[in-house]
Amino acid sequence: MIYLDNAATTHPKPPGVAAAVAAAMDGFGNCGRGAYQDALSAARVVYETREQAAELFGCSRPDHVVFTANITESLNIALFGLLNPGDHVISTDLEHNSVLRPLYRLQKAGTAVDFVPADSNGQIDYEEFTRLLRPQTRAVVCTHASNVTGDLTDLDRIGAFCRSHGLLFILDTAQTAGVFPIDMERQQIDVVCFTGHKGLMGPQGTGGICLREHVEIRPWKTGGTGVQSFLEDQPMEYPTRLEAGTLNSHGIAGLHAALSFLKETGLETIHRREDAMARRFYEAVRKLPGVRVYGNFTAQERAAVVSLNIADLDAADVSDELGERFQIATRPGVHCAPRMHRALGTERQGTVRFSWSYFNSEEETDLAAEAVRILAAEAR
Amino acid sequence: MREKTEKFVVTFRTTAGAIAMERACHAADVPGRLIPVPRSITAGCGMCWAAPPGARAGVEELIVHERLDVDGLYAILL
Repeated sequence: MIYLDNAATTHPKPPGVAAAVAAAMDGFGNCGRGAYQDALSAARVVYETREQAAELFGCSRPDHVVFTANITESLNIALFGLLNPGDHVISTDLEHNSVLRPLYRLQKAGTAVDFVPADSNGQIDYEEFTRLLRPQTRAVVCTHASNVTGDLTDLDRIGAFCRSHGLLFILDTAQTAGVFPIDMERQQIDVVCFTGHKGLMGPQGTGGICLREHVEIRPWKTGGTGVQSFLEDQPMEYPTRLEAGTLNSHGIAGLHAALSFLKETGLETIHRREDAMARRFYEAVRKLPGVRVYGNFTAQERAAVVSLNIADLDAADVSDELGERFQIATRPGVHCAPRMHRALGTERQGTVRFSWSYFNSEEETDLAAEAVRILAAEAR
Repeated sequence: MREKTEKFVVTFRTTAGAIAMERACHAADVPGRLIPVPRSITAGCGMCWAAPPGARAGVEELIVHERLDVDGLYAILL
């Protein structure tokens, strides 16, 4: 199988990740639930992983790195814990349902929501942020890259906009963490939500939130923390404030190994390799008769995602053919991004998404392009 | 049971704070170790840093320098 669905989850993982999870399962007690060696081993690795995430995202304090099960949970915690009825929030048409559905639920409860529209090629006009601003605007929440097209949003520009208007900037890094540099301080991002199993190349079931100091998120759950046990409310100190219950220290140990691999390899190296393969594929398929590729490939920087259609073929049929006949794994459909597909005009056809990781090869890329060429020729 | 001796004890509001203390003390070669919080301090749960009394100045300096999340400082028999 040629695996080109890394935007859904990276596969394979770096050497050492699975071994770290197995070693943790064999050796860890419960993080923060005792002062004996096995519990301390877990707590130490969890803390070191907070330090790694803080360094990666430019978060000033490791204790402001909160672990969650995935980025959907992170975004839910941030949005429901920061926004209130009467507030106004600005987002974009590029978003995944992990942002959209919490926003729609908030909207029903009295939070006003506006979306910066995407055009028919998935591009947004940044002047729209200013036009949508209201006195009640409290925050901007957006993705760093469309999971459909791979196009990046301009973090520097949105961060500066948020800072100049006193807004919170909440960022979804699902498609960019571990590949592109993100610096909360320099780019003026208040809340970075991340998942462990995509670009960070850790296990599924890991994710988190990095917070700037003084960002006050209401705890979404309460329960055991291993500290302050006679307090009736959830302790308000981070990270405990948002971490009731046993942490996934086994998964976090795998994430620790993955973050070590990222640091040793370097984000720039990873990005350049992924980008070269995605652009190689794009160049091979973009002029094929009947093939339409979505997104802006003139941009200097973009995530390693290529979404396309062949004539008017159902994207699901094309993806199934790629899988069954060519053993190439891709993701068809609307990729949990309904507003983006509506903007692209693909809400009925969907698109076939190819997405690369550091562990793909040029040979795999060329085989995928050849499979598209064959299917496009057959569709004529 | 071991004979009790005087210790300097630091409690924390989070587990992350306790581990941060351990790392800071190890890096600075300040003696001590993490132990369960004794009942004489609080009947809750969690970990605290227990150090010989002579390490107090070094520990207090680290608390300020590393902005460690400390709940309380105690001199007790342990």
